[in-house]
Amino acid sequence: MELMSLKFIGVGLTTFGMLGAAIGVGSIFSALLNAIARNPSASEQLQRMAFIGAGLAEAMGLFSFVIAMLIIFS
Amino acid sequence: MTHHSPLNQFELKTIIPISFGGHDFSFTNSSLVMLVVAVIISAFFSYAMRRPSLVPSRFQASAELVYGLICNMLNENVGPKGKPFMPLIFSIFLFILICNLCGMLPYSFTVTSHIIITFMLAILIFIVVTIVGFMKHGTHFLSLFLPHGTPSWLAPLMIVIELFTYLARPISLSLRLAANMMAGHILLKVIAGFVLSMMFFLKPLPLPLMIILIGFEIFVSILQAYIFTILSCVYLNDAVNLH
Repeated sequence: MELMSLKFIGVGLTTFGMLGAAIGVGSIFSALLNAIARNPSASEQLQRMAFIGAGLAEAMGLFSFVIAMLIIFS
Repeated sequence: MTHHSPLNQFELKTIIPISFGGHDFSFTNSSLVMLVVAVIISAFFSYAMRRPSLVPSRFQASAELVYGLICNMLNENVGPKGKPFMPLIFSIFLFILICNLCGMLPYSFTVTSHIIITFMLAILIFIVVTIVGFMKHGTHFLSLFLPHGTPSWLAPLMIVIELFTYLARPISLSLRLAANMMAGHILLKVIAGFVLSMMFFLKPLPLPLMIILIGFEIFVSILQAYIFTILSCVYLNDAVNLH
């Protein structure tokens, strides 16, 4: 098989990295819902922490996107 | 006909070619947007504070809101010792925020989508944190790599792991911002292509999706600026108050 088609297969396989990011972000927000249900008065601080955590977890999924870009453009 | 690809928007176009001794220092569209960002920030704050009063006018109150946000962020994460770092964190936050938001304007250029720009910002934070740590604590700063209460047989492995975590910080910080901006804008371009080409099948679908995605991308721009800044405050806290 030629190099370009193998590259495309590789790039398609890196999209499985987004699975981990999706699970991570869902887990963060499920913990947020639980915590708000237990203690509604701390909801603002918890939301701030949840968004920071979601940004950090989403970054891992985006790293797999960067690897896909690197594979297909070099 | 040029090949339209979603990646064409990240190309650098030189506006004024300048070259010094064989190196290329041209004024590109990236430099133009950075200049516009600097002008916007300076103009906003100097106009808001041109007649400062104790009871603020509305414009001054909005500038004080931004200042208060950064001040509280530093206070929570670093404590009172974080006061000297206020200009750095303030500039970094505003630069990344306004650069990200300027990238959302049509026909504009997203400065922070290039890894070199975000890498330089992250290396700046990394060098400042390391130098501050060594200046304040001397060689005791290296105790950052050995958490309190690790058994002595685990210590060499822990030091290696902590060292690599420390060195990975500028890489992850820069890559997070650049990848978020690049991925968001590529997605916007791809869906925009669908809005025009799917005119006959599923006609009402791509345009509301496009509107929602633009809103989401504005939210991600603001959030990524906030995350960059708050992580810089956390790294400063590590250096200034060792744990």
